[in-house]
Amino acid sequence: MPLLNVHDLRTHFHTRNGIYRAVDGVSFSVERGETLGIVGESGSGKSVTCYSIMGLIPQPPGRIVSGTAFFDGIDLLHCSPHQARSIRGKRVSMIFQDPMTSLNPFLRVSEQIIEPLLIHENISRSEALTRALTMLEAVGINDASKRIHYYPHEFSGGMRQRVMIAMALITKPELLIADEPTTALDVTVQAQILELIGKMQRELGMAVIFITHDLGVVSGLCDRVQVMYAGRIVETADTRTLFKAPRHPYTRALQRSIPALQTKGAELYTIPGLPPDVSKNIPGCAFAPRCEFATDRCAATNPELMAIDAKHSQACLRVQAGETLARS
Amino acid sequence: MSDTILKLTDVKTHFPITRGFLVKRHIGTVKAVDGVNLTVRRGEVLGLVGESGCGKSTLARTILQLVPTTSGTVVLNGRNLATSSARELLAARRDLQMVFQDPYASLNPRMTVFATLAEPLIVHRVCAPADVAARVAELMRLVGLAPRFMQKYPHEFSGGQRQRIAIARALALEPKIIVADEPVSALDVSIQAQILNLLAQLTKKMNLTLIFIAHDLSVVKHISDRVAVMYLGKIVELGLAADVIERPHHPYTRALVSAIPTPNPDTERTRQRIVLAGDPPSPINPPIGCSFHPRCAYAQAQCKVAAPALMADGVNREVACVRLADLP
Repeated sequence: MPLLNVHDLRTHFHTRNGIYRAVDGVSFSVERGETLGIVGESGSGKSVTCYSIMGLIPQPPGRIVSGTAFFDGIDLLHCSPHQARSIRGKRVSMIFQDPMTSLNPFLRVSEQIIEPLLIHENISRSEALTRALTMLEAVGINDASKRIHYYPHEFSGGMRQRVMIAMALITKPELLIADEPTTALDVTVQAQILELIGKMQRELGMAVIFITHDLGVVSGLCDRVQVMYAGRIVETADTRTLFKAPRHPYTRALQRSIPALQTKGAELYTIPGLPPDVSKNIPGCAFAPRCEFATDRCAATNPELMAIDAKHSQACLRVQAGETLARS
Repeated sequence: MSDTILKLTDVKTHFPITRGFLVKRHIGTVKAVDGVNLTVRRGEVLGLVGESGCGKSTLARTILQLVPTTSGTVVLNGRNLATSSARELLAARRDLQMVFQDPYASLNPRMTVFATLAEPLIVHRVCAPADVAARVAELMRLVGLAPRFMQKYPHEFSGGQRQRIAIARALALEPKIIVADEPVSALDVSIQAQILNLLAQLTKKMNLTLIFIAHDLSVVKHISDRVAVMYLGKIVELGLAADVIERPHHPYTRALVSAIPTPNPDTERTRQRIVLAGDPPSPINPPIGCSFHPRCAYAQAQCKVAAPALMADGVNREVACVRLADLP
């Protein structure tokens, strides 16, 4: 049984300008110990998917319209608040993009790191502090016994993200959700943090959902990748297959627009148009208006994610019909 | 050399740190740019890379004299901008324009596209009032926007379109040099490709010189002819773009290049990454000697004594490292 099984998740936001379908029918699962990458451009719904699972969607304006998210047999979307609290922050934890704003500037780091322990585990403060200290050392903060009493502003960006990781991992979670944890960091610091997440994952044997827009980060870290577009999953495959043999036109277009994968100076492929307005109902494939292979049927029928083989599924009607889409 | 368009000689831009309200005491200096020598050739695309805080944006602002130079000369077309009067600077800025990182912040939200693009034309009196509208329409077409959007406000455009407006504004005076400070960092991959293509196409068509600042090495490699790598206010390596990024010589460039995750699962998992310890030091108290020595794997006693100068290293390459000959 997978550790986390999300089925038909739909999270909508009711705004003055209409219903914003941020996540519109997303199903996926995560096995124990697996690293799943979720990639997509801004507004594709990758963060909202994970916020929904963690119960971080403000309601209203947000509303989880349908779906289930079974974590080890418990539906996180429909269980009692008491039950949800025993899982969130203990067995599932999350790190955020901006360590600057996600730490409380008024509290010493020590207070923030031991908070999950005091809530979820019946241990004394001094015991919790000892464990916090061990954890800070494990995430590579030198001189931890002194720096644990610092305030967040006394740390650099990379160090703050290490504190966030220590805080998320102190309860030894089975699933870590990392929402663009390195986007705000410099490349050399990003390399340190990615190395650290990989190391902690090997030590604790946890599963990781890694949200990012950077295909480069995904390729080194993740076992499996799913690509999101306009609130839907368009393709999911193991990392190697996704990079070597992408099938969905959006994934292919995305790869052709990355300078790192193209010869120097060559004109980059640009996807025409803009991402769709998800406040309007999209009857067909959300990518159809920008797709070079779209037919009338694409604009009318919403394609389901269909398996190509055991590990690879994608949602393009023409690929599903067995057509090979050659570039004109 | 006759094709030199811009020459920086030992440019230093320091910012004083003061404390106190009425009586300001000088308590330190941020050496944002600390001795940069750089020659920009007519018609080339020069990439400028480095991590945050290395002074690349300050260098850009120094070139445009948006911040005062502490010492050194910035010579454009034989005129030293660092000692020019305000009137001379105004004239010089016809040849020297800038595109900023964040198209949400760099456009005035209360000005229509027409007002934004007409302003430089009116300030510099480059065309008769009757011709302004025609010129604005021409500029909009040049960057791929339909002139019928002339009376719209920035908030009605997407990020990529706003960056096009910012580029059109920079092109209004037909400058010789454009300094683009992270023009694509705030944009999604597919939009980034559009802006990169546009910049590449415009530089060719209008014979522009482009100084392109970015922290994303693959983007810089793609668009630049030459690239300069900065660390703590100094240029540590300078050479042909593909050459520097594929065969970096300076230990810092090597680490920087190896830290970039590449979107290729095969090479990404097997390659050896040089993970630098620690964060970049503060430019307030930069280390004595080579500023990279505390993080450098090859540092020796001599590295802690004197800052190395940029020295020629083969054809078309300059590197600032005293141990270059001994490096593996």
